[in-house]
Amino acid sequence: MATLRDIKRRIASVKSTQQITKAMKLVAAAKLRRAQERILEARPYAFKMQEVLGSLALRADPQSHPLLQRRDAGRKTLVVIAADKGLCGAFNSNIMRRSLELLRATDGEVAMTLIVVGRKTRDFYRRRPYTIRSEQVGFFDKLAYAHAAALGQELAKAYVAGEADEIQLVYNEFKSVATQRVVVERLLPIEPLQPPEELAAIDFIYEPSPAAILESLLPKHVEVQVYRALMESLAGEYGARMTAMEAATKNASEMIDLLTLQFNKARQERITKELLEVVGGAEALRQARG
Amino acid sequence: MADRDRHTFQLEVVTPQRLIVSEEVEELVAPGKEGYFGVWPGHTPFMTTLKIGELSYKRRGEERFLAVSWGYAEVRSEKAIILVETAERSEEIDAARAEQAKARAEERLRRWGDETVDFTRAQAALERALTRASVAARTR
Repeated sequence: MATLRDIKRRIASVKSTQQITKAMKLVAAAKLRRAQERILEARPYAFKMQEVLGSLALRADPQSHPLLQRRDAGRKTLVVIAADKGLCGAFNSNIMRRSLELLRATDGEVAMTLIVVGRKTRDFYRRRPYTIRSEQVGFFDKLAYAHAAALGQELAKAYVAGEADEIQLVYNEFKSVATQRVVVERLLPIEPLQPPEELAAIDFIYEPSPAAILESLLPKHVEVQVYRALMESLAGEYGARMTAMEAATKNASEMIDLLTLQFNKARQERITKELLEVVGGAEALRQARG
Repeated sequence: MADRDRHTFQLEVVTPQRLIVSEEVEELVAPGKEGYFGVWPGHTPFMTTLKIGELSYKRRGEERFLAVSWGYAEVRSEKAIILVETAERSEEIDAARAEQAKARAEERLRRWGDETVDFTRAQAALERALTRASVAARTR
């Protein structure tokens, strides 16, 4: 049976773990709030861009630009986005599972290459027999548009050069603080959406031509999509970590309660035993005297 | 047309990071790809790409300036939407930093023929720095 001192020591240890998980939860919550704001702030730009792209595509020949051209998917590139750090529940493993499924589903008909984003993704795929085209790690803490722009440009270049016939993103979408959803999204070729009617009806004067504007817009569109995916993933990561740490803190409390009960029981037992000894001793003395 | 009576129109300047401006303004001047253009209320629908330059607008008679980089503008009779990669208000620009960036870009451009230097980028950097410096000077 555990001695009093052992139980005391365990309580102290669980308590200090709890302090850490509590602190991590608070930090994740604060970062999550910031990340959520950033998503909201970035939305108007991405949304507007979609609209304009749609209305331009109506007026210019969509096959005219390499980023819009569809080809038979002989070579696919997956951009797998997960976190740099762990301790966030199933956040990373969900991504790994889904991307592995996609990789295995091809049966070798399609040549797959990977672009891994996040330290966890890289570590996961480094030990596996897949071709990694490039890796992006360690920037999530200071995620800026420039990171997305660099990655977006790299992807657009690979697509235009014919190194990949289709490029997909795999990432966690931020649904709410407690839930993330793994999404697989086609990034390239770009499929312009139908613009809203009020916009499609307006007869704009274009300067320069619609095709020229479209050409400068498309690469930016790729960057914006990548930026959005990275931010969704980041917010999802903080949400997942917050939830995970919340649960850990709760578990620690439960454990402390249990240990405290055990401690009190053990102490009670010891006191009872001592009392019995004292009473027994006194009785023995009395009898000896009498 | 009812729009003729309007004295203002809605101006929105949006970057990937955030919405910078969302205001009713009387007048707008922006750096179009093919030269600066002005917008008053009731403008013909117009769409253009923008280059690095100075964007200014007038709100209740007061002029304001922004330094913007690549983007495009969509103008309608009652609304102008500017999407740009970066936009900085004149009062937010650190003039000293702009000067430094300018010096750096100039130094790179001086090394003409050096293969390690990306001249297109250096040129764009210089242009941005010059614009920021001149926009910053507007506040004073």
